[in-house]
Amino acid sequence: MNSAGALRTADPWLSFSARLVNIVEEIPGVATYEFELEVLSVAGSYRYAPGQFNMLYLPGVGEAAISLSGMNGLVLHHTIREAGNVTHAIAQMKPGMSLGLRGPFGSSWPIDDCLEKDIILVAGGIGLAPVRPIIQAVLKEPAKYGKLIVLHGARTPNGLLYTREYNDWRTQGVQVEVIVDRADTLWLGQVGVITQLLERLPIARPDETIMMTCGPEIMMHFVTKTALAHGIPEHHIWLSLERHMNCAIGHCGHCQLGPAFVCKDGPVFRYDRMEPLLTVEGL
Amino acid sequence: MAQPALSMNPVFLSKDAFQSLLDGLHTAGYTVLGPTLSQNAIVYDEIRRIEELPRGWTDSQEPGKYRLHKRDDDAYFGFVVGPHSWKKYLFPPVTTVGSSTRVELGWKLDTPKPQPRKLAFLGVRACELAALAVQDRVFTGGPYVDPHYQTQRENLLLIAVNCTQAASTCFCTSMNTGPRCTSGFDLGLTELDDGFVLEVATPLGESLISPLKTTPALPEQLTRAEQARAGAVKQISKSMETDGIRDLLLNNLNHPRWKEVAQRCLSCANCTMVCPTCFCSTVTEVVDLQGDQVDRVRRWDSCFNIDFSYTNGGTVRKTIHDRYRQWMTHKLATWHDQFGSSGCVGCGRCITWCPVGIDITVEAAAIRQSIPLPMAEETSEGTQP
Repeated sequence: MNSAGALRTADPWLSFSARLVNIVEEIPGVATYEFELEVLSVAGSYRYAPGQFNMLYLPGVGEAAISLSGMNGLVLHHTIREAGNVTHAIAQMKPGMSLGLRGPFGSSWPIDDCLEKDIILVAGGIGLAPVRPIIQAVLKEPAKYGKLIVLHGARTPNGLLYTREYNDWRTQGVQVEVIVDRADTLWLGQVGVITQLLERLPIARPDETIMMTCGPEIMMHFVTKTALAHGIPEHHIWLSLERHMNCAIGHCGHCQLGPAFVCKDGPVFRYDRMEPLLTVEGL
Repeated sequence: MAQPALSMNPVFLSKDAFQSLLDGLHTAGYTVLGPTLSQNAIVYDEIRRIEELPRGWTDSQEPGKYRLHKRDDDAYFGFVVGPHSWKKYLFPPVTTVGSSTRVELGWKLDTPKPQPRKLAFLGVRACELAALAVQDRVFTGGPYVDPHYQTQRENLLLIAVNCTQAASTCFCTSMNTGPRCTSGFDLGLTELDDGFVLEVATPLGESLISPLKTTPALPEQLTRAEQARAGAVKQISKSMETDGIRDLLLNNLNHPRWKEVAQRCLSCANCTMVCPTCFCSTVTEVVDLQGDQVDRVRRWDSCFNIDFSYTNGGTVRKTIHDRYRQWMTHKLATWHDQFGSSGCVGCGRCITWCPVGIDITVEAAAIRQSIPLPMAEETSEGTQP
């Protein structure tokens, strides 16, 4: 677990006031909300690792676990799809308003294991949000890593996330491939499921490649199969899981998956440690 | 079983002097909690006088059945365990964990300071001491500590009572948790006809006992105490084979037995409510009428509730089969991964209070019996005991 810089307090239930400073509309129903912790000393001590999440809290509505999709100075980015009570209420917020934030929680992507390795990121839909910090980290120090490949799939072309950033990523040497389940009349790109992108991808040195994936569980199931067929070792495959997280500190029991508390042992897991559990229905 | 390592020799406290123990606790500022009769059950509540204890009562327990009967003696602790467990005082069914006040454009966010009381638990059984140790690991043993649990735990005095009888649902000997209280208490009592043999395990316990009228326990009294405790061991008839149980269950997640037990299980959550180690909870919002003052209230929840595993993609554990399997494999298997011990202490409450009498030991055995273990295969052909 990477908890360095977490807002450690005597009481893990304490939330800190975070002010909404900006909203970037991404795609229909999805926006990136940029928050700044209101107390400067709190904001200054906040650190996170790519893949971790915060608990965002609106009193009277509830709390939701939301991955960080980036951090810029002291500003914390959360790309949120409107799905339930809390995310609907966040979508009603205007810049200047504030909510409660505690975190960061959970495990992180194995960025330290990626030195000199090729990296493949496979993200379905909103699953691109928690992997975006890896792209930012790699682009900050590109010489430390091998090739970075981003595979992103969505149901429709207007479900593709962060499209405005692709050019920027590409000019810095990132290979970005996208695919959609259903094209519209303007779509000139690939049509199909994300596994096909991975199948077609030439992988120069599978032993030296690390794959990280986030998306629906069924998608990650087939993506990992394809990666294994490519010869990527089991222990080089990482996935981010979603379960109901109520406390985020391993006390409430909701997010259990076999021996794991997804909130504190996950959400990022190495494939070989999770594989036996992912195929059991209703676990 | 290991004998307790005690700092001093046992003493004898006559029943005439029993009230003085409670008086001493009260004088020292403790609220005394212990067994008492309520609604035809023995439950835990505040005790001021020894007359409030269930003197002369006993319980009989079977899968799905609990009844009280009069004893033919005046024993204070002549029963086993009831529907309550001590967890209700350390991990209360309802706890306020946060409070918020609306301010301009946002909220003032706070958490209530824990309000521990000096509590003395009177009559804690060996399986319950084990359950306390299990919950200590859950709430204070990890990277995050529950401040409410921890501060109350630090303000606790534990007076253990050794069982002198067992219910048909007891299986502490299988779980290696009892019936002898060996550690984790301040004072340990074994009840005799005329008084108690009292083991003093901590300086705190010693400070409470020293003002009382006690005598050094006579060899004859120690022998009677030993015989009384042996009575409980003799009566334990239920057992659970724990050898390799973690792997046994996790290797059989698709066993047909889960579907079979799901035919009977009502998914009522009784077993998790009475279990002294179950710790699942949900935090909900409690809002005042103006919507300006909001409390975050943590309530006991259960993996048997259908919305417990709800995510925005839907419910993960949709069927009773999924939920019973989650409960039992967590309790007996994955608890080892998470907290380094079994989550089951063998108290038998889940068996007694299951409205349809599902027995966790029977369910575990059913899975084991249908799966020959490598060891058993070698010596099959009826050579097994």
